Amino acid sequence: MTAKIEEKLGTLHYTIDKEAHIKVNFDACNDCENKACIRGCPAQCFELVQDEVKFQYEDCIECGTCKILCDKKAIEWNYPRGTFGVVFRKG
Amino acid sequence: MVESVDTIVVGAGPAGSATAYSLAKAGHEVLLVERGKTPGEKNVSGGVLYGSVLHELIPNFWDEAPLERVITNRNLVFLSGESSFSLDFSSSKLEKPPHNGYSVIRYDFDQWFAKQAEETGALLATGIRVDDLLWENKQIVGIKAGSDEIRAKVVVAADGINSTLVEQAGLRKDLKAKYIALGIKEVIGLPRDVIENRFNLEHNEGTAHTYLGCTKGYPGGGFLYTNQDSLSLGIVLKLPIFKTKSHSKAPEFIDHLKQFPYIRRLIKEGTRLEYSAHLVPEGGYHGLSKLYTDGFLVTGDAAGLTLNIGYALEGMNFAIASGVAAAKTILRAHKQNDFTQSTMKHYQKLMNQSFVLKDMKTFRNAPAIVSSPRLMKSYPDFINNLALDLYQSTASPRPKLINLILKHVVHEISLPHLFIDGIKAVRGL
Ligand SMILES: Cc1cc2nc3c(=O)[nH]c(=O)nc-3n(C[C@H](O)[C@H](O)[C@H](O)COP(=O)(O)OP(=O)(O)OC[C@H]3O[C@@H](n4cnc5c(N)ncnc54)[C@H](O)[C@@H]3O)c2cc1C
Ligand code: SF4
Ligand code: SF4
Repeated sequence: MTAKIEEKLGTLHYTIDKEAHIKVNFDACNDCENKACIRGCPAQCFELVQDEVKFQYEDCIECGTCKILCDKKAIEWNYPRGTFGVVFRKG
Repeated sequence: MVESVDTIVVGAGPAGSATAYSLAKAGHEVLLVERGKTPGEKNVSGGVLYGSVLHELIPNFWDEAPLERVITNRNLVFLSGESSFSLDFSSSKLEKPPHNGYSVIRYDFDQWFAKQAEETGALLATGIRVDDLLWENKQIVGIKAGSDEIRAKVVVAADGINSTLVEQAGLRKDLKAKYIALGIKEVIGLPRDVIENRFNLEHNEGTAHTYLGCTKGYPGGGFLYTNQDSLSLGIVLKLPIFKTKSHSKAPEFIDHLKQFPYIRRLIKEGTRLEYSAHLVPEGGYHGLSKLYTDGFLVTGDAAGLTLNIGYALEGMNFAIASGVAAAKTILRAHKQNDFTQSTMKHYQKLMNQSFVLKDMKTFRNAPAIVSSPRLMKSYPDFINNLALDLYQSTASPRPKLINLILKHVVHEISLPHLFIDGIKAVRGL
């Protein structure tokens, strides 16, 4: 049985900034063969919808995987501003 | 906010708090900056804290620090489908401080450690993300956070694996996927007495499990640590896995782990309290960044100071040791009133002499060995199938042990591979 990602992320506390801390240049995604970000992101922030890569920063758990996996350097990556983002109480 | 201090430490994980604590203890002015609202809320580890380094810094820390359990049992488990084969070791000798390990929850532990630094005299500023280094004549002279600029004689990068400061200082290029692993963890709540019965533990005793054969044949492994009233169950996966096509998404690997009957029993009736993920530097000696430049030192994960030798992952203790060495270097630089590379390089010397870089050098080939595809699949299958043939009773005559071994070796692993891996493991681990 695989649990839905919503159930997992539902255990976390977030303070969401209105400004995205990660930005993706989707032009590069079109001819990206691997699309490793989709498999690698532990929060499933990347998704393929009708052959197009979609990204949402709100669920991000700030690991840095996507930045390292993206060979096209299409990801402008940062942590959220101070006080924003995810909180782990049992990390 | 103050505009100038002697030393700025970026990041209140174990590396940063150790640096700030050591400096404050020597009466030195130090500012510890953390992006989280509280230290620890951004941090994730397995995690077993090995005690001896922290004991040198804060004697008998176990009397006050928020620790979960003393690790008195270690279990290396080869998982293969319905079967499991374990090497289980328990000893009350493992209980004796300071050479022992404790399970910790970072939200509690990091908060406590940063507070020790603060109470000793360090200034702690939380909720502030450091964005840039401040430069003057090609020298690092402080930090920028939003519109604030703070100057310092030395900046210490203790900002963890995704350190932006190390890159800005020109001490490391982009992180290479082959040197990094993704750790995904679920904390599973269970009553204390259930944990103690299930794992055969007494009051504060705890266990640490390492799993092989649970990563669908990809390089990585699993772990389970007992906390007071929860289990930390997780999986560590080498990042290049995700560059190969046609296999599961990252979160599915932990679901896969939970389906092994061995694990299913251990977590039965538990509730998922938290899901988390964090990167681990796993390049070992080959994955290290440069450790210093003018007015700048790099500690802990930011420098890549961790060691995974398959049955143990060390990082927090390395981080603390590097923080202590960084503080010594800064105090010495102050005496000489020189903060250029010529005094900063003393840090490299101290690290070379410490167990951290010695171990990382000794085990420099370990990352390659512990990520061998055979270790991930063939050996766990081999050992479990062999055990099954040994213990299962059938109506046919029993073969001799040696014939059984040869049968499985031919089936599951080739003899030359077994030989080569054996030599590599003996020499590398
Ligand atoms: C799944 C997993 C299991 C592990 N198991 C173990 C184990 O059993 N035993 C062990 O010893 N080690 C273990 N480790 C490794 C260990 O967690 C790390 O090596 C250790 O935390 C490194 O400490 P650090 O202080 O260098 O970095 P971190 O603990 O990452 O601390 C960095 C700090 O800097 C802050 N920060 C980052 N950027 C900024 C910025 N720009 N501005 C301000 N603040 C910033 C962060 O919020 C954080 O508090 C494990 C790691 C993982 C992921
Ligand atoms: S890996 Fe990079 S380029 Fe490829 S799909 Fe993901 S973000 Fe786009
Ligand atoms: S940082 Fe981690 S959690 Fe956030 S989007 Fe990237 S891969 Fe996903």
